[in-house]
Amino acid sequence: MNNIYRENILEHYKNPLNHEEMADATVDFEDTNPVCGDEIHFWVKIDDDGKIKRATFKGRGCAISQASASMLTETVEGMTVEEVEELGADEIRELLGVPLSPIRLKCALLGLKVLQGALLKYKGEQVNKR
Amino acid sequence: MPSDKKVQGSLNFHKKMAFKICVVAQMDQLSIENIRKDFPILSRKVRNNVPLIYLDNAATTQKPKQVVDAIADYYLRYNANVHRGIHALSEEASEKYEEAHLKVAKFLNAKFQEVIFTKNTTEGLNIVAHGMYDRLERDDEIVVTRMEHHSNIVPFQVLARKTGAKLKFIELDKFETLNLESAEKVITDRTKLVSIPHMSNVLGTINPVKDIVDIAKAHGSLVLLDGAQSVPHLPVDFADLGVDFLAFSGHKMLAPMGIGGLIGKEEVLEDFEPLLYGGEMIKYVDYERATWNDLPWKFEAGTPNVGGGIGLGVAIDYLSNIGMERVHKMERELTKYTMERFSELDFVQIYGPPSEYRGGVVSFNVFNDDGELIHPHDVSTILDEHGIAIRAGHHCAQPLMRAMSIPATNRVSFYIYNNYEEVDKTVEVLKEVKALFS
Ligand SMILES: Cc1ncc(COP(=O)(O)O)c(C=O)c1O
Repeated sequence: MNNIYRENILEHYKNPLNHEEMADATVDFEDTNPVCGDEIHFWVKIDDDGKIKRATFKGRGCAISQASASMLTETVEGMTVEEVEELGADEIRELLGVPLSPIRLKCALLGLKVLQGALLKYKGEQVNKR
Repeated sequence: MPSDKKVQGSLNFHKKMAFKICVVAQMDQLSIENIRKDFPILSRKVRNNVPLIYLDNAATTQKPKQVVDAIADYYLRYNANVHRGIHALSEEASEKYEEAHLKVAKFLNAKFQEVIFTKNTTEGLNIVAHGMYDRLERDDEIVVTRMEHHSNIVPFQVLARKTGAKLKFIELDKFETLNLESAEKVITDRTKLVSIPHMSNVLGTINPVKDIVDIAKAHGSLVLLDGAQSVPHLPVDFADLGVDFLAFSGHKMLAPMGIGGLIGKEEVLEDFEPLLYGGEMIKYVDYERATWNDLPWKFEAGTPNVGGGIGLGVAIDYLSNIGMERVHKMERELTKYTMERFSELDFVQIYGPPSEYRGGVVSFNVFNDDGELIHPHDVSTILDEHGIAIRAGHHCAQPLMRAMSIPATNRVSFYIYNNYEEVDKTVEVLKEVKALFS
């Protein structure tokens, strides 16, 4: 029983990693899932060579959405912007390692959606700078 | 001072009453077990091979064998289009389909010509919204409440935008009941339509329809009642309530999906514009123009859901057999018990009014040891792993959730086949949920 709430998910939910605002972030972005009211805000620091130096988040919502965001902050560290843009549902499933119904998958994907939103905003800003 | 004899008499009376109530409760338990036998799905196992506990009846109810058999019988024995063919099958099908209208009419105390079959409550509400289009001028008013389901607010937002009418809201008291003083203020001579839910699908509140009708009628407004949550669960008397329209869904009252009803006062329907035009709803058609069919057919354009209508008729037979007073009472007892059991859990918050004011719906949230809300999705996922089906989310009432400053709630909702053990089991799992997330 309690298939979804494996120890590691509960651990990330109760003690999320990188769970803070970042004052010197390169970019930040916030979004919600209107269906369940989950909210996530991501802050990302990006190197000059386009690599993620650090990602932090804050949010409110179900264990799946918050644990998934917490795990993401760890995973994307050192990845390039392009690599993060290529992440999708398969990678998130793998990251969480638990069976997810289609509805719960939406919860799991919220963090990634917000993070990718932040990167899109970053790229837009880069273009405008030029 | 009462004599000893009187006291003794009164004591006996109370003893007798207590005995009676006890017997009634036992009888209900017995009949619940009998009722359950008609619902094969209730003996199903789900997830990790655990028995199903279905507590999501406000979303849709399960179907008894009698209803499914009647639909199968139609498709296997007398399937035909209605009101068209001059042949045996078509006549049989037409007769049964009309008979289903009659059953609804009798069930809700309306006239046969006042019963329009729709696909669900939403369609009924949209028929009324559409029909109001010609009847509204700029600065006229449409009044709804702060406890609306999306389907009783969105059609009127659009109607207001298209006509320049204003959409106004009757306020709530403590997010529990309608504030009648607010209704007095909000409803004016410019109000052309007041639309309220008979029972809230989130708070469970049963609204004082007649009080609202009195206010609306004093200002000459039409009244639409969203009966999605009331028609399945309480005795509803259309004529006595005095509303002009009443919409409901069959699937929330043992009937299949895709069938529902809109009851409308004959004199209002007579010159009300239909939403759909086409076959079946006409009487005489020329290349240039057409005249409309008699009521209720004027509002049932195209081939209707005949099997669904027949299923709805049988669902009504099933409910009438139990008796709607009894249905309401059984659910009220179970709801009261649920609220008592939930109140024993200091980490559970219940929303909505005391049990006397509500039907079989209890919305609640669960908190961990740090007083943080455990998200309803997490609560319902764990209940689900124990076979317990509840609803978690905003219940199609996003504005209400936002006004209450909560992201979502859990909701249990009952029907005639739910029993006390199912509530007990739910309480046990809620304790587990709290422990897991603390
Ligand atoms: C109060 C209320 N109104 C309207 C509806 C819409 O019913 P349907 O989806 O069957 O059209 C519902 C269903 O959840 C409801 O609870």
